[in-house]
Amino acid sequence: MKPGGSISIWFFVGISLLVNGVLILGAGIYELIHPPEVRVVLFGLHAGIWWGGILTALGAGYSVYFAPGKGRG
Amino acid sequence: MTIALAMLNSQQLVHLSGVDFVIVVFYFALVLAIGFYLKEQANTGEDFFLAGREMTAWVAGLSFLSANLGALELMGWAGASYQYGILAAHWYWVGAIPAMLFLALVMMPFYYISKTHSVPGYLKLRFGESSRALSSISFAFMTVLMSGINMYSMALVLKIVLGWNINVSILVSSVTVAIYVALGGLRSAIFNEVLQFILIWAGALLIPILGLVEAGGWSGLRARVTANASAEYTHLWSTLGKFSDNPMGIHWTGIVFGLAAVISMGYWTTDFLVVQRVLSAKDLRAAKMAPIIGAGFKMLVPFIVILPGLLAIAVLPIKLVGEGQAIVSGGHSYNEVLPLMLARYCGPGLLGLGITALIAGFMSGMAGNVSAFTTVWTYDIYRALIKKDASDAHYVSMGRWSTVIGVAFSIGTAYLVMDFKSIMDYVQALFSFFIAPLFATVLLGMLWTRATPAGGFWGLLAGTCASVGMWAWVKIDPTALRYVALSPYARDMAENMYRALWSCLTAGLVTVVVSMVTKAKPVSELKGLVYGVTEIPAESYVSILHRPWFWAVVVGTGFVVLNVIFW
Repeated sequence: MKPGGSISIWFFVGISLLVNGVLILGAGIYELIHPPEVRVVLFGLHAGIWWGGILTALGAGYSVYFAPGKGRG
Repeated sequence: MTIALAMLNSQQLVHLSGVDFVIVVFYFALVLAIGFYLKEQANTGEDFFLAGREMTAWVAGLSFLSANLGALELMGWAGASYQYGILAAHWYWVGAIPAMLFLALVMMPFYYISKTHSVPGYLKLRFGESSRALSSISFAFMTVLMSGINMYSMALVLKIVLGWNINVSILVSSVTVAIYVALGGLRSAIFNEVLQFILIWAGALLIPILGLVEAGGWSGLRARVTANASAEYTHLWSTLGKFSDNPMGIHWTGIVFGLAAVISMGYWTTDFLVVQRVLSAKDLRAAKMAPIIGAGFKMLVPFIVILPGLLAIAVLPIKLVGEGQAIVSGGHSYNEVLPLMLARYCGPGLLGLGITALIAGFMSGMAGNVSAFTTVWTYDIYRALIKKDASDAHYVSMGRWSTVIGVAFSIGTAYLVMDFKSIMDYVQALFSFFIAPLFATVLLGMLWTRATPAGGFWGLLAGTCASVGMWAWVKIDPTALRYVALSPYARDMAENMYRALWSCLTAGLVTVVVSMVTKAKPVSELKGLVYGVTEIPAESYVSILHRPWFWAVVVGTGFVVLNVIFW
């Protein structure tokens, strides 16, 4: 059952994580190629890349699994 | 030079990059889109005020917790953990978990079976109209104030971190909340709360992960906190034997009897802001599971709120001070812990997500208060006292308008809050005024058939007056603290705990005494409302893994283990 209509709340969650993940991953890769002069603490861990990657994977999974019309939610 | 050091020398902590702006704007667009999408499903009163009573346990449970993840939880408690150490975690563990499990297993059946739409609505069924009127008016007052606190906190974050104008921030956030709650009602608030819950974790979890890496793990963190502050900052219970032995100036009796037994029980079981989310559950089992799911996640919240406060003690090169001192000296206050830690570790993109997490937390707190206010205003004040027999469509329309008006009042409150030195202490004082006495009244109503309508009303009134009276007494004569909080060394937090305890006891005592000398309702009128005369549906048809009590035991075990580890 999908509380609220034909689109599951988890689909919205998936889209949000996917978009944020892609943007963070992209920014992280850009910083890897063009390191900034002013850097955050622990810059060398490149948190943007792995955290963005995790969010992208989770978001993609949720978006596909709970896509409208699949009857899940 | 790092951004963290650069920001300490400037008025504005960080500058958002283009990608950060996109993330923040995308968040606002998505919550508004959800509001517009759900507008079509908010046509009846049941839809608008109770989300159609069709939420699953997970959705209701996460929303139940998210509505509580407002300014208090994020900025306030991170600041409190910097100020008081790990003692602040008591508000998440002993000050939440037992109460949430008690709500699930003991109180939820009565709320759900009675089919009430609100906590004041339950009081009407159990004690009559006068108790409902008193409770609903004080609750409406409190929710508007709380919503204003969220607004102010968010505007403060945006001003400190981004340099945004505080008036514009209040306007943008409040208009957004007003639109999506007025359009989709409770359903829209719940959907957005679930989304906000996920974003809060996605945006805030990196701080403790990277902070522990920098500090050298838990042992490194403890060593640094001991060096920079005191070893007492990392102990949960062992320093509570004397008021003067811990940074909070509190005794274990205040934590156990004031916080756990009264304030926490009162908040999690009778504050309609959170209970409303559970009432939207699709059936009784989902309604019982929702607080248990919420409790499971509640136990984990200290890792994104309390831990960053301790990490700030360990790794920040500056000393944070109180709000008033920060304004005078131009330094940074306790309440800025999270933004400071975000700026320390998060580059482009991550910073935008972190800021979005903070905004999401504030907006969920704001929306939670506004949607609860709307329901109580429409059903328990407007319909009960002003216009009794209008159509369902009229009340839905009133719900939408009262959302807008509630937000407008909250904006006024936001400016009022600016004059208070500490957001946290202000909120705790409000709880002790209204929630602590309410808990005594509701609990006696649910568990004691002899409690009478007159007893309920006078108990509630006496408890509230006692709490406000004690608060005023200490304000006028600070030496009164030794009587109210049992020690002249007690700090604001401790005073709130004891004031809540006394007001709850006053409410309970007056309820009992008045009930004994007034006429009780016939037992036939108490069915579905009181323990002992209500038949609770059995759950023997589901497997053990689907039974609420099983998961309550699992969560309860985790709660005990955490307290022992950090003793």
